[in-house]
Amino acid sequence: MPILVYAESDQGIFKKSTQELISFARAMADQMNTEVIAAVTQDPSSADLGQYGAHKVLNLENTLLSTFNAELVADALSQVARATGATTVIVSSSANSRYMAPLLAVSLEAGYVPNVIGLPETYTPITVAHNVFTNKATAFTTLQSGISILGLSKNAYGVHQYETNAEITPHEVTLTSSSVEITSLDKASNKVMIADAEVVVSAGRGLKGPENWGMIEELAEVMGAATACSKPVSDLGWRPHSEHVGQTGKPVASNLYIAIGISGAIQHLAGINSSKVKVVINTDPDAPFFKAADYGIVGDAFEIVPDLIQKLREFKAQNA
Amino acid sequence: MKILVCISHVPDTTSKINFNADQTAFDTAGVQYVINPNDEFGLTRALWLKEKQGATIHVVNVGGPETEPTLRKALAIGADEAIRVNQPATDGYSVAQALSAIVQEGQYDLVIAGRESIDYNGGMVPGMLAKICGYAFVNTCIGLEIEGSSVTAVREIDGGKENLKTTLPLVIGGQKGLVEESDLRIPNMRGIMQARTKPLHVKQTENINSMSQTLRYEKPAPKQAVTLVENAEQLINLLHNEAKVI
Repeated sequence: MPILVYAESDQGIFKKSTQELISFARAMADQMNTEVIAAVTQDPSSADLGQYGAHKVLNLENTLLSTFNAELVADALSQVARATGATTVIVSSSANSRYMAPLLAVSLEAGYVPNVIGLPETYTPITVAHNVFTNKATAFTTLQSGISILGLSKNAYGVHQYETNAEITPHEVTLTSSSVEITSLDKASNKVMIADAEVVVSAGRGLKGPENWGMIEELAEVMGAATACSKPVSDLGWRPHSEHVGQTGKPVASNLYIAIGISGAIQHLAGINSSKVKVVINTDPDAPFFKAADYGIVGDAFEIVPDLIQKLREFKAQNA
Repeated sequence: MKILVCISHVPDTTSKINFNADQTAFDTAGVQYVINPNDEFGLTRALWLKEKQGATIHVVNVGGPETEPTLRKALAIGADEAIRVNQPATDGYSVAQALSAIVQEGQYDLVIAGRESIDYNGGMVPGMLAKICGYAFVNTCIGLEIEGSSVTAVREIDGGKENLKTTLPLVIGGQKGLVEESDLRIPNMRGIMQARTKPLHVKQTENINSMSQTLRYEKPAPKQAVTLVENAEQLINLLHNEAKVI
């Protein structure tokens, strides 16, 4: 029974998280002796998904899928799952996948486990480890349904290379209109998104005021990073809510998380805990963040950050 | 307009997370419970709708009698009636099924749930509930205006937001942005007194099945101590050569 992957793309580009999903599905497929089918909603001819492990690519040709609509994507994927006999569906942890997957689960009468952090520990039935309590614990959950949907946490598995020749075939789905209509989209095109970022530069109340964020944005720019902030900073209105990371804000699972002037409240640490490497810069050596961080500098952000920007520029020039 | 606000009963955000001796269940000893933050934003938005255009607000929780103080708190904040579905919340699917029976019986126009609970982080109940009931669904909702049966909503997406048009009946997965942190209400003495006499219905449901079962829990291994460095240069060196992230 094949494994179906919802291969999300953004403006025609398959995200790194999609490549990771396909590699994850491939490792499962090798264990289950089956194949990986990637379902795409935009022309996939530009990207070779076989190199990440896909055996087949189904191009869902339907103009209603040209912009993301959770109801329609769920409807389309449930048709594909039925047509291909897939018993496992892999989705990402993007906002769109989290929106869509519960609808798909009901359509397919499937069990759904999000925040999965590794390959199943058993395959019949499927048992997976997933983050709970905002990364403060891991749960091991068995799916009891005929079809299983797994939502893979970002950066939990990594991208692996294969030399599979994935054949692309058009696949027709029949869709009717949705009860939800998207009227407009407001998306910064030149900014790195927290959800996709490899590096996140985050700052807190230690910066004293919104007028001091220039150096944070500059540091983010040098590092190709997304900017984020602590809850108090967003509550004070210094930075937009969309930058708030932590338990009630956005989760962060980047390769590198740099916290500047953030003390490290338990709710904040929970939200960023999935990041691989954590750096803290704070004047207070007793700040709780130092217990959660891998590297730390005790010192004044207003001195360290400009120096860091300059040294990073030099580092990049040397390593370019 | 009839509004149902789904309330998760969750450990306070500052709680230490521990499990029982055989690691099969959350250890509730000494834990303070609160209304799930994402649900509390939704409850406040519901109160605004009631005050501005008239509505009755019911709150619902799926769980045992121990969750009733959390429902009473929602009543004290301003909900009119509470419902407790007397069923253990085993997984998202079974909770959504239980809630769907309440939604269908009560014929609610608007169902507000938090985008996820801060304990099990499933984030699946609102969407599953909408799909089972055949209601429209907007997740990560940060803006909601209702006129008659027309709805305009704003959804937070990765890297921006999306404006949507839909109609009642509707389920939303709410979060901060629906209202601000400073808009949240603390129950006053009058509210607390009134909440004691407001109805709290206990209901049973039938034919509920779970799709998944959690076998055990683990806590992360203790972290190694932080490596303190003196300056930017040392930091860059370690991030490049040791951590290999730049």
